[in-house]
Amino acid sequence: MELAVAVIITIVTAATPLLIAATGELVVERSGVLNLGVEGMMVIGAVVAFAIAHGTGSPYMGIIGGIAAGVFLSLLFGFLTLTLATNQVATGLALTLLGLGLSGAIGEPYVGLPGTKLQPIEIPLLADIPFFGPVFFKQDIIVYVSFALVAGVAWFLFRTRSGLTLRSVGDSQTSAHTLGIPVIRIRYLAVMFGGACAGLAGAQLSLAYTPQWVENMTAGRGWIALALVVFASWRPLRVIAGAYLFGAVTIGQLHAQALGFGIPSQLLSSLPYLATIAVLVIISRDRRLTLVNTPASLGKPFVPDR
Amino acid sequence: MKLRILGLTLAAAIVGSASAQAQDPVEACFVYVGSKTDGGWTQAHDIGRQEADNLMGDAVTTKFVENIPEGADAERAIERFARSGCDIIFTTSFGFMDPTIKVAKKYPDVKFEHATGYKTADNVTSYNSRFYEGRYIIGQIAAKMSKTGVAGYIASFPIPEVVQGINAFLLGAQSVNPDFKLKVVWVNSWFDAGKEADAAKALIDQGVDILTQHTDSTAPMQVAAERGAHAFGQASDMIKAGPETQLSAIVDTWGAYYIKRIQAVIDGTWESQSSWDGLAEGILTMAPYTNMPDDVKAMAEETEAKIKSGELHPFTGPINKQDGTQWLAEGETADDGTLLGMNFYVEGVDDKLPQ
Repeated sequence: MELAVAVIITIVTAATPLLIAATGELVVERSGVLNLGVEGMMVIGAVVAFAIAHGTGSPYMGIIGGIAAGVFLSLLFGFLTLTLATNQVATGLALTLLGLGLSGAIGEPYVGLPGTKLQPIEIPLLADIPFFGPVFFKQDIIVYVSFALVAGVAWFLFRTRSGLTLRSVGDSQTSAHTLGIPVIRIRYLAVMFGGACAGLAGAQLSLAYTPQWVENMTAGRGWIALALVVFASWRPLRVIAGAYLFGAVTIGQLHAQALGFGIPSQLLSSLPYLATIAVLVIISRDRRLTLVNTPASLGKPFVPDR
Repeated sequence: MKLRILGLTLAAAIVGSASAQAQDPVEACFVYVGSKTDGGWTQAHDIGRQEADNLMGDAVTTKFVENIPEGADAERAIERFARSGCDIIFTTSFGFMDPTIKVAKKYPDVKFEHATGYKTADNVTSYNSRFYEGRYIIGQIAAKMSKTGVAGYIASFPIPEVVQGINAFLLGAQSVNPDFKLKVVWVNSWFDAGKEADAAKALIDQGVDILTQHTDSTAPMQVAAERGAHAFGQASDMIKAGPETQLSAIVDTWGAYYIKRIQAVIDGTWESQSSWDGLAEGILTMAPYTNMPDDVKAMAEETEAKIKSGELHPFTGPINKQDGTQWLAEGETADDGTLLGMNFYVEGVDDKLPQ
């Protein structure tokens, strides 16, 4: 029982950055923009969050800094792809390279310094529930935010008028434009939201997951977040399932190794990816249903004719 | 990254032309797989480079490139150095071995030194450090300090060097407590702070109270500090990440070796060789023995002295392989060839070696 609680707490920590970054990217893609720069925005968020937390002594200031850094980088992406209508795939890849390089330069003086760990906040009463208490109600603020974020995004996209507008922009940019919807402005907002989420996910890495700064500390998590969006077929609640499944298999395989089951570790290490592919195959069985959820204008640059 | 290389090459070109009229210093160039501030492997190499640069004065200039991935990029980076007038090039990662050999063929006048591999050529030396000597010592400390009798080992890739380390650690531990257990977790990465932290948590959750690692980040040390366990630093002294956690660290001290080899180039006595030094030659040193009682410290110091004097070889029989068959008979010591190609566990490792 105690081991189970410990394992699940570790899973929550591992899944949270994926969940946040994927939710942000989901909104971006729902608006018809493909930003492959999640990794870059995440790593910039991580380094800026660490630097500010280190400078001010407050991890909360760090979180704000991380979010701001993610938004800043996403604005650069927005300017290039939305205002100048550059190729989104190429720009996104460049953004990742830029983020990785820039974060290395910013982070150089911070390598090896002790971090400021984000402390857990106990929610009174709920934290005392056996099992669920320690797992879900004795976490740091970013975990709580991640749950609120997914719920909020699900509600926004499918229960509000603005959400419908955003989806219509992603599904048919020309129709939306014809109806007088400000396509570019809405996409800017979506891209900035994605940047904020990636920055927050990065802050979680350098303040909660491993409270320190090391170069390339995202180690590909931005790419996994991107894959999770497809995995979730652009549905917010499925992102939770995807992120937690991925986190669970990642942590589970480490425990399986430590228990000495004698299963080859390379196979175990590839399990999270195999599991993701397996679920993806199952989900995409019904091609019509997948198409309904895929934003039809995804990745297409939009230049208003007037 | 490319910009950085370009900048360096440019800067070097300017420096090179300016000092060409003077006494033509020997140029020593370093190719790093990671960041020079990684707190581990690459940082240790860079400290060695700085030592050579500082101590050898005007006779030597040094250059480096960092974050060069193992693979096609490595060949380009090495070749750029070879073309730009480097006299000796140190390539400091196992995966740089084939690219180094390839470039060396094209530039017979440049001397190459590759770390931790096994291939050599007329102008390529391979150099390595007997990390396992340090692992034996920390194994002994672990067995003395552990209350649960189980240590956790965070491993990177199943290559001989890593397997050697696991075996040496366990043999050291068993020399103190024959029933000592070791749990091994492979993260299949040299450097992924998050994954290393997850592995550390998993091991501690399963009752391990001492951690050791053959990966490069300080994350496991940090997790151990948080959970009140003990840990050993890797490649660099990691005491800053766990002032009350680190028992000792196996510190790579390449400086003396680099100075020796660069001096050989200056003197014109450089020759290709396979060099495998250890504690005795000072290519690896133990960080201060901290956070332990005096008797444990005394034991560690005694073992260190014995290894240095050659009185003790960590791989001395009787040692059985994992399946119980005999590997070394009483009093027999392992030869370097077997160690360099080590692909089996010794008896008592609680893990199946990935093949």
